[in-house]
This record gives sequence, C-alpha cells and structure tokens, in this order.
Amino acid sequence: MSEGAAFQFRDPGRARELAALLRRYAPPEPVRIVHVCGTHEMAIAQYGLRSLLPPGVEVLEGPGCPVCVTPTADLDRAVKLALGGAILCTFGDMTRVPGTRLTLAEARARGADVRIVLSAADAVEVARAHPGRTVVFFAVGFETTAPGTAAVLLDHPPANFFVLSAHKLIPPALAALLAAPSRRIAGFLAPGHVSTVIGARAYRAIAAEHRVPIVVAGFEPLDILYAVLLVLRQLREGRAEVENAYPRAVTEAGNVRAQELLREAFEPAPARWRGIGEIPGSGLRVRDELAAHDAARALPVEVEEGEEKPPGCRCAEVLLAQAVPSDCPLFRTRCTPLAPVGPCMVGAEGACHVWYRYGGRPAL
Amino acid sequence: MTEDRITAVHGAGGELMERLLVERILPKFPLRRAGPIGLDELDDGAVVELPPGHVVVTTDSHVVKPYIFPGGDIGALAVCGTVNDLAVMGARPVALTLALVLEEGFPLSDLERILTSAAEVLAELGLPLVAGDTKVMGKGELDGIAINTTGIGVAERVVPDGGLRVGDAIVVTGPVGDHGMALLAAREGFHLAGELRSDVAPLWPLLAPVLATGAVRAAKDPTRGGLAAALNEMARKARVGIEVEEGEIPLRPAVRGVGELLGISPLEVACEGRAVLGVEPDRVDEVLTLLQSHPLGREARVLGRAVPQHPGRVVLATGVGGRRFLEMPLGDPVPRIC
Repeated sequence: MSEGAAFQFRDPGRARELAALLRRYAPPEPVRIVHVCGTHEMAIAQYGLRSLLPPGVEVLEGPGCPVCVTPTADLDRAVKLALGGAILCTFGDMTRVPGTRLTLAEARARGADVRIVLSAADAVEVARAHPGRTVVFFAVGFETTAPGTAAVLLDHPPANFFVLSAHKLIPPALAALLAAPSRRIAGFLAPGHVSTVIGARAYRAIAAEHRVPIVVAGFEPLDILYAVLLVLRQLREGRAEVENAYPRAVTEAGNVRAQELLREAFEPAPARWRGIGEIPGSGLRVRDELAAHDAARALPVEVEEGEEKPPGCRCAEVLLAQAVPSDCPLFRTRCTPLAPVGPCMVGAEGACHVWYRYGGRPAL
Repeated sequence: MTEDRITAVHGAGGELMERLLVERILPKFPLRRAGPIGLDELDDGAVVELPPGHVVVTTDSHVVKPYIFPGGDIGALAVCGTVNDLAVMGARPVALTLALVLEEGFPLSDLERILTSAAEVLAELGLPLVAGDTKVMGKGELDGIAINTTGIGVAERVVPDGGLRVGDAIVVTGPVGDHGMALLAAREGFHLAGELRSDVAPLWPLLAPVLATGAVRAAKDPTRGGLAAALNEMARKARVGIEVEEGEIPLRPAVRGVGELLGISPLEVACEGRAVLGVEPDRVDEVLTLLQSHPLGREARVLGRAVPQHPGRVVLATGVGGRRFLEMPLGDPVPRIC
C-alpha cells in the first residue's frame, strides 16, 4: 500500500516486527491494559489487533464512550426539557440512549422538538433562528468536545441559549478506575485526541501516585501496537511513567488556549458516570458568571438521581474494564445495536457496539 | 411552466399523459415488445414469449438521492439493478417493465434524461421494455421520483447465492464501494469529480461467458450492505466459512479516502456494477481470464476462499496482519442509494 503518508502507520512489515517485539516483552503473568477511547477500540477491532497481541496481554476499553457514561438522570433531564417545550439539540447517538422512561428519540415521537447537531455552534445557530424558543444544547463529551461548548458560552450567546453540561474529564476517571477495589489494571493507553488538548503532563500525577504506566497513543494500528509495547516495556523494567507515543499530535503542555477556554467557562465538579457512580472533580459545571446560560440552574427540572440498571446488563463492568462485551449473556442475543439494552451498545464508540460491528475478540 | 414540469393533470390519465407517453417517453425505447403484444399497443398487459429454460422473475423499486449522481442516474440504476439481479441468478434478461412515480413539479428535462439513460442500458442489452406505468403524486408527497422495474429472464442453469463449497475461490469482478461512496460524496458536497463515480452498469455482458463455463457455483451482486453483506449471505446460505485477504480487495483510492474521512467502511456500501462469484478452485484462472477480457472486469480479483472453519461467518485477514470477523452490516450506512 503506497497511497501516501497516512498509510505508513499501517505498514504490514512494521506491524509484524512490532508483534514479534510484543511477544518478547510479554510478561509471564496475564496483564490487562485499559484504554478509554472509542476511537482506540474501533481501530483495535477494525484492524484485528487483538489477534496480534501475545496470549495473556489484554487491551480493554474502559469508560471511553462519552455517550455510554452519561447517567440516566442527565438523560431524564434532557427528555423533560424537550417534552416541556424546549428545542433540545444534541449529538446523534444521544437520541437513542435509554433514560428511565424514554429516549430523546421517543420523546421526539411524542412531539418534542429534538434536533441533531454536529457542534455547540450549530445549536447556537438554532437559538438565533428561534429567538422566541428556549434552546438547550445537551453537551456530552470529554476534553475534546468541551472546549467547543466553552467557546460558544464565552462568545455571548443569545439569551434563549442554554447548555445542559454532561461533559466529563478523563484524568479523574483514570484515577477512579485505579482506586476501584477489584482493579487489575497494569497500564493505560491514554486517548490521543483528549491528550492533544490536555497534554501528556495531565497524567503525570496519576502515574506517579498509583505506580502505573500511562502511554499516550495515536489511532493508527502501528500507533496502538507501539503504545502497548511501551507499556509492556515499562512493566518489564519496573517503571511507572507517562510516555508519549503520539508525538506527532500531542505535546507535553497540550492546547493551552483550549485549556484556558475550559477554565473560563467551566469549573470542575463531582459527576456521575453511568455504571461507575460519582467521581469527584470529573464533571464540568458552568461557571457562576455564565449561570444565565446553564440549563441546570436556569431551567431546573425534577428527576430521580438513582441509577436504572437493566436486569442482566453488564455494561457497568464493561465500563470499569472488568468484563468484555462477550462476557455478557445479553450481548448479541437480547442486546443488539438495533435494540440496545445497555448504554455500551447504544453509543457507536461503546465497547459492545464496536464488538458487535467488528467481531470483538474472535478465537481464530 | 406547465410544459416543462410534471403537473397533477399528467396523473389524471387523460390526454396530457397520453401525449407525454407517446411523444416523449415511448420513442426513447427502441425495443418495445417480446411477443405479440408490447408497449406500443398500450393494452392492459404485455404478452411475452420465452425461450426454453428456467424462468426467473425479479422486481425492485428505486428511490435514490440525488436522483442524478456522478456516473449515472436513477434511470440507469433502475434498469441495471433489476437485470443484475437476473444476471447473478444466471439468467439472461428477456423483458422488462418500468413503472414511474413522479412528484408534481418534477422537471420534464430531468425525466427525459433519466429515461434516456434507462433506454441506453436497454439498447446495450438488446432488451425490450414491454410494459410501463406512470403515476403522479402531489407536491411534497414524494421526493421527486421513484422507479420500479420488473425483469423476466431465462436461465439455462440457475446460480443460487448459497452454492458455495469448501475450497471455492471468491472472486470479485472489480473495485467495491464506488456507488455508495459516490452518492455519499455527492450529498456531502465533496468535489472529487472524475475520481468518485458510481459503477452502475449491466452485468450480463460480463457474466454471460463466465456463467457459460459452468465453473461458477454461487453469485451475488453486492448492492445494499456492500461486499460485507454479500459475503455474509453467501457464507450463511452455504453453511461454509469465508476467508478474505483485506489487501486483495480492490478499492479505488478516492473510495478508500472518503470512507476514512466519513468513518464509513467501503466494504459496507453498495456497488451497482459488480458481482461476487464462488468459483471452482481449479477453474479460477479460466474465469479470471474471461472476466479480465471485458472492460467491466479488468480489475477482477480473487479475494479469498471458502473454508470449513467458522461456518456462516466471514473472516478478514487485515492489512496489518490481524484477523477479525467481517460482520454483516447493521444496515446500509447510507440510506436511499438504490
């Protein structure tokens, strides 16, 4: 394949060399490496990379799909606002995630005005086009999408524009996974695009405190194999550091301007993650100065804060990287992308959805 | 305005429609009968005389957006879609019917263009149009145009989807994903003129000599769901596994590129001028030589084989040396393309 630079990171010869090195560095005991990024899972599944890993080396997706980790209470809030007459704008996948009673798509079928947008800026356009209506942008995503929401909040949006923030931060989630009682996480692959924003330095405290290797990884097959190799090498050498295996996109400091936007528009707050529970400092709350545009304060609605867990669904363990989709009895039987039971099957980046589409970890 | 657009009066079945039919539609089709009563008689039905063999009938409705797209239009598509279904059953097309449903206000110039390209495909195949119908729906009740075609064909030997046997070579007659990606790119407003075109074409001239060898045990046209759906159906119906080398799948760079950009696999989007064949292993060279001697089949390739393992499923050996199942697509990622 000589179709330009993009494909140099898919070179089969290099992949074979990396697979051989991985076998050499494979530890005697089984290790579980966790990534937290739907795009990583997609690449791993699509290129069949698990079949290139040595036996005993597992790479699992943790809470890497922002759609999947959005708690039912936030969805219920969005559904209520939509049914109450607001124009509810959000990303496509969110419309299919089950709340306690309804999905946003079902709310739309009952007459609610739910619109799919590609960015926060699109939602502001909707607000400008409908000055007489309340327009709510249901904002989900990690540090990659949150600066876009921050930018529109800081850019004097119209008075009828509100943000319902379900934004979440990755580093506190990594720390929470490590603090979980049954943790068996030997190392992390840190998400490439989140890291372009927050920089490799954002993980240093966690690596040091929890004695865990963290390697920033890109999204091409060789990027991922190389990052896994760096984790295995750290384990072999008894190191627990942050290494950047994606230097062509990620710097030590990250995108400082985007970080400023985040700080100006939001402050860290405790947030619930579906399946995991509350993680301190892992959410982004709209700052007091911008409270007039914060749906949580300006448009309060009553919802149950409790967690509805569909019977039999093992998404919680999948999100904690304690189980793989095929461990769940509902996977591929009662739970499919067309009729999802749990959130990991709904989000296109959810582990269950990706395993369904690309066959997961076949015994081939 | 009334002269150059379809109006509700056209749908009333009176004089205006008759004039449209006789003056503008019928003359485009040189062959109008396959028996004593055909299109010219404007009778209640056509009478078709069939040569000996197994009679194969297929029907398909086409709603495509945009209805004129890079490399073709809904007219060519409506004819090719149906005759290609006949071809991959092993049947030579003998007669076709075509029913138009038009939205009030549809431009007559577009209708002429669409029917001209349908007629060109029929002329290339020497295939008569024996019956037709036109209906008009109100403004907003339909998005422009829908075309249904029904094809009658005759097969000496029927080639089913599920005829694959362990050891058979899997052959594809050309690059995959062109049609779906071309439509997608056209809708997204990508300007890749000349690079990304629908592959819409009738398959019978390419497949007739190949089918005559008797070496083809299974055949399918990878339309909705693309190559991934076609291979999965073939594997399921024959209860064999299929192993595919990703590197052997012919893909145009533009198709690959747009797929990467949009996150849509070219293996899951439709082709409209390709066939996937299961070929007896010791006769692959003969089949490839025949395919490659035809302009439509120059890039024909063996991309895999049928195996006894994992019956009903397709395994892809990826370009970087990994292996995974190539799953049945959930649904075409691109709606309304055929």
